[in-house]
Amino acid sequence: MQQVERYNDRVVRQFALMTVVWGIVGMLVGVIIASQLLWPALNFDTPWFTYSRLRPLHTNAVIFAFGGSALFATSYYIVQRTCHVRLFAGRLAEFTFWGWQTIILAAAITLPLGLTTGKEYAELEWPIDILITIVWVSYAVVFFGTLAKRRVPHIYVANWFFAAYIITIAVLHLVNSAEIPAGPFKSYSVYPGVVDAMVQWWYGHNAVGFFLTAGFLGMMYYFIPKQTGRPIFSYRLSVVHFWALISLYMWAGPHHLIYSSLPDWVQSLGVVFSIMLIAPSWGGMINGIMTLSGAWHKLRTDPILKFLVVSLSFYGMSTFEGPMMSIKSVNALSHYTDWTIGHVHSGALGWVAMISVGSLYALIPRLYGKTRMYSIRAIDIHFWTTTIGIVLYVAAMWIAGLMQGLMWRAVNPDGTLTYTFVEALKATYPYYAVRVLGGVMVLGGMFLMAWNVWKTVAGCGHAEDAPVLAPAAH
Amino acid sequence: MNRFWNYWIIVLTTVNVVAMLWLLYMTARKRPGDQAPGEATTGHTWDGDLSEYNNPLPRWWLWGFYFSIAFAVVYLALYPGLGNFAGRLGWTQESAWATDVRHASRESTARLAHFDSMELDELRENTEAMRTARNLFAANCAACHGTDAHGAKGFPNLTDHDWLHGGTAAAITTTLQQGRQGVMPAWGSILGAEGVEQVANYVLSLSGQTVSATLANAGADKFAQTCAACHGVEGRGNMALGSPNLTDNIWLYGGTVETIKETVAKGRTNRMPAHLALLGPTRIKLLTAYVLNLSQADHTPRPNDHDSTEETHHDAARSGQSSH
Ligand code: HEC
Ligand code: HEC
Ligand code: HEM
Ligand code: HEM
Repeated sequence: MQQVERYNDRVVRQFALMTVVWGIVGMLVGVIIASQLLWPALNFDTPWFTYSRLRPLHTNAVIFAFGGSALFATSYYIVQRTCHVRLFAGRLAEFTFWGWQTIILAAAITLPLGLTTGKEYAELEWPIDILITIVWVSYAVVFFGTLAKRRVPHIYVANWFFAAYIITIAVLHLVNSAEIPAGPFKSYSVYPGVVDAMVQWWYGHNAVGFFLTAGFLGMMYYFIPKQTGRPIFSYRLSVVHFWALISLYMWAGPHHLIYSSLPDWVQSLGVVFSIMLIAPSWGGMINGIMTLSGAWHKLRTDPILKFLVVSLSFYGMSTFEGPMMSIKSVNALSHYTDWTIGHVHSGALGWVAMISVGSLYALIPRLYGKTRMYSIRAIDIHFWTTTIGIVLYVAAMWIAGLMQGLMWRAVNPDGTLTYTFVEALKATYPYYAVRVLGGVMVLGGMFLMAWNVWKTVAGCGHAEDAPVLAPAAH
Repeated sequence: MNRFWNYWIIVLTTVNVVAMLWLLYMTARKRPGDQAPGEATTGHTWDGDLSEYNNPLPRWWLWGFYFSIAFAVVYLALYPGLGNFAGRLGWTQESAWATDVRHASRESTARLAHFDSMELDELRENTEAMRTARNLFAANCAACHGTDAHGAKGFPNLTDHDWLHGGTAAAITTTLQQGRQGVMPAWGSILGAEGVEQVANYVLSLSGQTVSATLANAGADKFAQTCAACHGVEGRGNMALGSPNLTDNIWLYGGTVETIKETVAKGRTNRMPAHLALLGPTRIKLLTAYVLNLSQADHTPRPNDHDSTEETHHDAARSGQSSH
């Protein structure tokens, strides 16, 4: 009897479950730091528990642990399904799982200890950077190895986005983390002054563009057509917006350094390329939403689709807002204020977290041989608490940010400032309270998800890997 | 930027923008064999049921894209961006900033001009002047001295009658214009732990606190030798040096034995920044008047000063916390 070839779903299951775990951890830390901004006493005068040390822990946990695990899980799943082959180099894939978890643990220990390079989203010290490089190269080998042995002639669109994200993150990480060690836990960037700042935000913005955007677009391009059972709206739209997105994103980093010591011409290039980014970003949103046309009625019964659609709406919103914030005169108002934080979370919570959660709800039952999650009602509740929570969070930060920007620049006729900094801070407190409330709702939803996943998965014993599907005849 | 980089930037930018236009043109174009929208998929299938239509690009989206490219081209023609090309408007962030500052200061200088001719005492009674001064204080001084000017550890209280450097109008003006340094040398290695303990006890006895008499007596001699040069034989301080009066139970750093031992053993270095270049003479004058009002609580009309400075002044003195 011939052995049936099966997908490697074990590593997908591992990453999928850890996504839920890290989602809870990262958002819990988010709620803690949000509370510390409201009640500074919650720092407890304990160095490792202070805001300054927990904030990078939050960003690393939500982006790289939660977002990263979601990307590993879905990219491994999707590349196998759309190439109709088992994952290349199974042992190496297993290594990426354990390697990535080790990196996360190392971050969770070193960041509260105050060990940091000081570069945002690239805080981890050089020994961990080396481990990241090794794991990432292994990831690329597994992914591209699988693509290479695919049994269909055409590469599915989701894989273009995953491929772009894997290659670009490798380059970004290598360039931005170039550093000279000065002891086991300390290093200095090789770049001087403003060059360092530019490299950092070239990295920072492309981390947004490729980690938090391209990767999740890959997710979107698989789960939206799957969940609606409809063909993707337009192949040619996906071609244009893909190439436009990846080439234009590369230039946009300087919008993080508007009105700084960065030369004028660099800032301007950042501005115009950010403006040109609206259309390619919206191309992705349109392709997703239009795929739904004709299946809108499914929204009534399928809360997973609601997650996916709302995430696309947030994606569209934040990719319109971002280019507006890149305009120098707008940035002069928004920079340093909570408006930025609102923008970040409309992208990170509204887009990244919502699309991940929706995809996981579709993915997890399939990994365990089930047709659906244990409780659809719980998904629906999760959807509503999350949506309301995010709207509260983002709206509060928008208002707070605008208010801060206006208060800081208000000037009396005699040339004196109308408000002191502290007055603006005091005026922000109610909005910080609303954010905590929104954060608690989002976090509560994650706990509900954990319960739902537990109920779906428990008792499955040894989950079987699905057999590889034969490619459709052409 | 040298020639190579200049052209590198210009070429790279242009190539990317032109490539974008070409891509849009090629994909938006109708080609033979195109199906009507939504009619049939591209013919590829993945994972059982994944397929793609090849609908045309939505018109509004396409035009939006063209529009954003046009915006970019115009922007780069007007503003610096293409390498060394300065842009038609000749705009730079430095010149824009300088213009803004020039406008703002011209306006506010005109607003403040009539205060120039007024005497300090007049200013102190003038509601409008004191409102401006309050705002100046809030924006420039409150971060260190507190919104209510009561100070904090290391930052002197400006509402009491106790001065490090002097409370006359002239002394305050000098403080604000030129800044002040307060340097208390470290004595730990010279006096030793025991000597520091003794001297600290003596210092506390100066303001009438109950301390160990033996220690304080042993400290008296050492004080006369090492400390009196700056703090005076009786410990009443010396404004010329900024060395504080140690007999009044008002403390810059705190009046516990521990804090005093720390001060004596490790020394202190403190700095009030100079403000003349930042604020100019008129605003300094307004602030001098304001500080005089703060400290002279018996001085009646103090506009915009909601909380009673008088009361809190006594509180601070009684509790012996901060400060001068
Ligand atoms: C960066 C913090 C800082 C700022 C800002 C600052 N000060 Fe000071 N100021 C100090 C310190 C510290 C001292 C005490 C210096 C010393 O120890 O000798 C001081 C001393 C003074 C004194 C002398 C007090 C005395 O007892 O003789 C006056 C008056 C004063 N400041 C007024 C002002 C005013 C008015 C402003 C705003 C224009 C201002 N300060 C801004 C830190 C500051
Ligand atoms: C060179 C001059 C100098 C000498 C000598 C000196 N001091 Fe001081 N001392 C200062 C100055 C100036 C300050 C104020 C420091 C500041 O403004 O931060 C000061 C501050 C202090 C304070 C803090 C007062 C407070 O309000 O918190 C104490 C206590 C003190 N000195 C004790 C001593 C003793 C005891 C000695 C001798 C062992 C001594 N000083 C010797 C100049 C001196
Ligand atoms: C319960 C949900 C969350 C809460 C309560 C929360 C809260 C916070 C808070 C309080 C900050 C600091 C803001 C400041 O410095 O003023 C922050 C920063 C940040 N968070 Fe979250 N967060 C949550 C979820 C997420 C998620 C899911 C992501 C990403 C996927 C994310 C990404 C970020 C990033 C990137 C920053 C840094 C922003 C910047 O530096 O401008 N957060 N978050
Ligand atoms: C076309 C797309 C986008 C553009 C042009 C854009 C532009 C901007 C601008 C101008 C800022 C403010 C910089 C500052 O003043 O400091 C910013 C901050 C940020 N954006 Fe976006 N944005 C876009 C999309 C997104 C998306 C989709 C996400 C998340 C998934 C995101 C995440 C962030 C983060 C995390 C920051 C904060 C960086 C920091 O200061 O730490 N952006 N973005």
